[in-house]
Amino acid sequence: MKTKLSVNGKTVTIEAADNTLLSNAIREHLHLTGTHIGCDTAQCGACTVMIDGNAVKSCNMLLAQASGMSITTIEGIAAPDGTMHPMQQAFKDCHGLQCGFCTPGMVISALDLCAKHPDASETEIRDLLEGNICRCTGYQNIVKAVQQGAAHMKA
Amino acid sequence: MGSNDFAKLPYIGESVLRKEDERFLTGAGEYTDDVQLNNLTYTVFVRSPHAHANVKSIDTKAAMAAPGVLAIYIGEDVAHDKINGLPCGWLITNIDGTPMNEPPHPILAQGKVRYVGDHVAMVIAESLEEARNAAELVEVDYDVLTAVADVRDTMKEGAPLIHDLAPKNHCYKWAIGDKAAVDKAFKTAAHVTKIDITNNRLIPNAMEPRAAIGCYSRASDEYTLYVSNQNPHVERLLLTAFVMGLPEHKVRVIAPDVGGGFGSKIYLYAEDVCVTWAAKKLNRNIKWVADRNESFLSDAHGRDHVTHAEMALDKDGKFLAFKVNTDANLGAYLSTFSTAIPTILYATLLAGQYETPQVYVEVDAWFTNTAPVDAYRGAGRPEATYLLERIVSRAGWELGLTQDEIRKRNFIKTFPYQTPVALQYDTGDFVQLMAKSQELADVAGFAARRAESEKKGLLRGMGYSSYIEACGLAPSNLAGALGARAGLFECGEVRVHPTGSVTVFTGSHSHGQGHETTFAQVVAARLGIPVENVDIVHGDTGRVPFGMGTYGSRSISVGGAAIMKAIDKIEAKAKKIAAHLMEASDTDIDFANGEFTVRGTDKKVPFAQIALTAYVPHNYPLDKLEPGLNETAFYDPTNFTFPSGTYICEVEINPKTGETRVDRFTAVDDFGTIINPMIVEGQVHGGIAQGIGQALMENCVYDRQTGQLLTGSFMDYTMPRADDLPNFTLGYHSTPCTTNPLGTKGCGEAGAIGSPPAVINAVLDALAPLGVKDFDMPATPLRVWEAIQSARV
Repeated sequence: MKTKLSVNGKTVTIEAADNTLLSNAIREHLHLTGTHIGCDTAQCGACTVMIDGNAVKSCNMLLAQASGMSITTIEGIAAPDGTMHPMQQAFKDCHGLQCGFCTPGMVISALDLCAKHPDASETEIRDLLEGNICRCTGYQNIVKAVQQGAAHMKA
Repeated sequence: MGSNDFAKLPYIGESVLRKEDERFLTGAGEYTDDVQLNNLTYTVFVRSPHAHANVKSIDTKAAMAAPGVLAIYIGEDVAHDKINGLPCGWLITNIDGTPMNEPPHPILAQGKVRYVGDHVAMVIAESLEEARNAAELVEVDYDVLTAVADVRDTMKEGAPLIHDLAPKNHCYKWAIGDKAAVDKAFKTAAHVTKIDITNNRLIPNAMEPRAAIGCYSRASDEYTLYVSNQNPHVERLLLTAFVMGLPEHKVRVIAPDVGGGFGSKIYLYAEDVCVTWAAKKLNRNIKWVADRNESFLSDAHGRDHVTHAEMALDKDGKFLAFKVNTDANLGAYLSTFSTAIPTILYATLLAGQYETPQVYVEVDAWFTNTAPVDAYRGAGRPEATYLLERIVSRAGWELGLTQDEIRKRNFIKTFPYQTPVALQYDTGDFVQLMAKSQELADVAGFAARRAESEKKGLLRGMGYSSYIEACGLAPSNLAGALGARAGLFECGEVRVHPTGSVTVFTGSHSHGQGHETTFAQVVAARLGIPVENVDIVHGDTGRVPFGMGTYGSRSISVGGAAIMKAIDKIEAKAKKIAAHLMEASDTDIDFANGEFTVRGTDKKVPFAQIALTAYVPHNYPLDKLEPGLNETAFYDPTNFTFPSGTYICEVEINPKTGETRVDRFTAVDDFGTIINPMIVEGQVHGGIAQGIGQALMENCVYDRQTGQLLTGSFMDYTMPRADDLPNFTLGYHSTPCTTNPLGTKGCGEAGAIGSPPAVINAVLDALAPLGVKDFDMPATPLRVWEAIQSARV
């Protein structure tokens, strides 16, 4: 079946089997390999993408369910000239990533978090990042990055 | 260049932001599953659902007929093609001088399966979905046998025999230390403290699941293996020389971006061999990517020790002797470095930071029907630290001494120090590490914080842990004498380009540690050029001359030292070129801040001009010197490095629910020279998170009767999440390592090594008023609550 949706600002039509997961469509059909699959069961958050303004684990959704929706992946976050989004820059500035595998999902979740809770406290940020596992950083610098990113997004 | 001079160079000690981050933050990283190849097929492994069974027959007819299926291979095909089993890289010798039992580790089952997840068949199809569907159609007739999963059961009389070549499921009985001297010391002891502890089994869970793509070119008769791995040259060596019988130059191993390793990606796994072997048979590229369930089942696990230990003390609380009996669970097969973990990397650390005159350790290693157990962040050293730091705190409590006092009375104070268990510590300052940690942890304010907690109905406890680890693996001759079947040096190539930029090819591998930045800082500092002008290449046997990879906190101290040696050669040659250009003797040339000068004159030539001259040798001493500026060096360390530290943890426990929270955590470490403090801090954070994970929540559980993995998903195996951890307070007190040119000691594993006993000692301190004297990890609410209830009985 064919599914028409918007990905990173461009309208695309994907022809794929009915049971294709959104995460696989993004990776295998659009070759946007920044969206990672860490568990395939919505437990780790590595595959998180933005769908119509909400951070969603794309391994837990069929491509067909995304028909007509607007999706932003990690590849679509930076400015058109390649300048990183303030949240991406914050992760770099604060050493909020190590191996980089959870990072795309973490950044997308952070963007959602900051849009909906611009004044979140440190404790709230930790609670709101509960859906994304990072094995490398111990989270301290991720929390710091989210705080810096939030401040820049408000400014 | 000495380590003191090195530490004063620009860039050294500077938190340079990571060069690798932009690609990871924009989705441009390239992990194995992201590699785009033509002619690609997909493979799925049929795995054993039983922990222990004979394979009576395998019927692949229906699966072969399924859509898209290209081939199905089973154990018979492996045997027919004479593909060997997976080798163990470390021979341990029994106390009686005989070698350990080393049963075969086939890549596809040879008539028997020995753990849930063991490999039975390999199904290859045009698409992943077709491979998955066909795998379900492979019919395996099993004769299920009694299984044994727990190390305490496998040693019993009558336990099911797992390998014919390992009677009683025993791998080895190994010992270190002077037993007679220890026994004698115990007779004079004023006090003996005893402990029985288990070190809980863990599943590493790097966020990127293991993955491998096997490729074969008929044109060149060459294989390429893309694999999520920490040491591509070791992988190639094992794959070619031990398993497939191929010449090494016909196999290229590429470990591209790797999403975390923590030890679990050191090893040569069955899947890596299978995709390489089958790629030639099918003349297709074959991709395998583990799903998370397969990671849980088949990645090498960590820890899993059961130990009884006794410490003899004199009347003043000074340690006289320490004796230890450990039973280690190695799982169903010997993974690559498995046998060295509970021996060489464990028992040699049991002197810790203390002047214990005699230490004797006996280790029995056993097979069980569980996944292979091997190195996981710390690898033996966390088990040693957990045991020692638990018994030290307990000894103090028994003698009425505080946790800091019992430690201070026994700290080693003069260096170098020869322990009774083989190691010689070059430097350290354990007294100051403790003092600084106590200051940062505000130990003085603990009583007030405890009173505050009590007002809320919570129990607060404080725990200490003073760890030492042996890193920078390893002097090859020493490792060889101890049973290593490979060298443990490192290789670095420094290629100066004509315009003065530099590419470094290192045998170390970064899977999150930030080598592309730290190593570039080392080179930029030495050559006096901007860090942006230095690129680090790693993870490709086709580009890097050789290497032993990244584990055991060895990268900067061994890999970095190899680069330092290569730069020494670059500098020596560049001085000759500079001498020629400035018409001086090369012994009169100085090099600093990127400029070559003639001593006592104002003549100078910048580094970039030397580089250009080397490649455009028009005015050049061609009769005496080759053109070009490209040097390779191998570095073999003369000793281990010895990072150390004191960690202080405070927990709050709700006695009604057992809920335990780490409220404060202070870590003061001695890593010697620190090159990039930001990256070092990140390494410590991550290590502590994994250590707190082990102490509070992580636990790999197999059903003791059936050998089924009960914690096979993130829903069952509790990973630390952002809201489970506090902010950590870090500090440093450095005594540079004297045995490498950087003065570095390594920082990757410290957090995971030092933190578990600090947490559990804090739990015991909090629960002491309720009468709880003993506790095994993890301190889950249920287990803490149960401990409180049983203490009340």
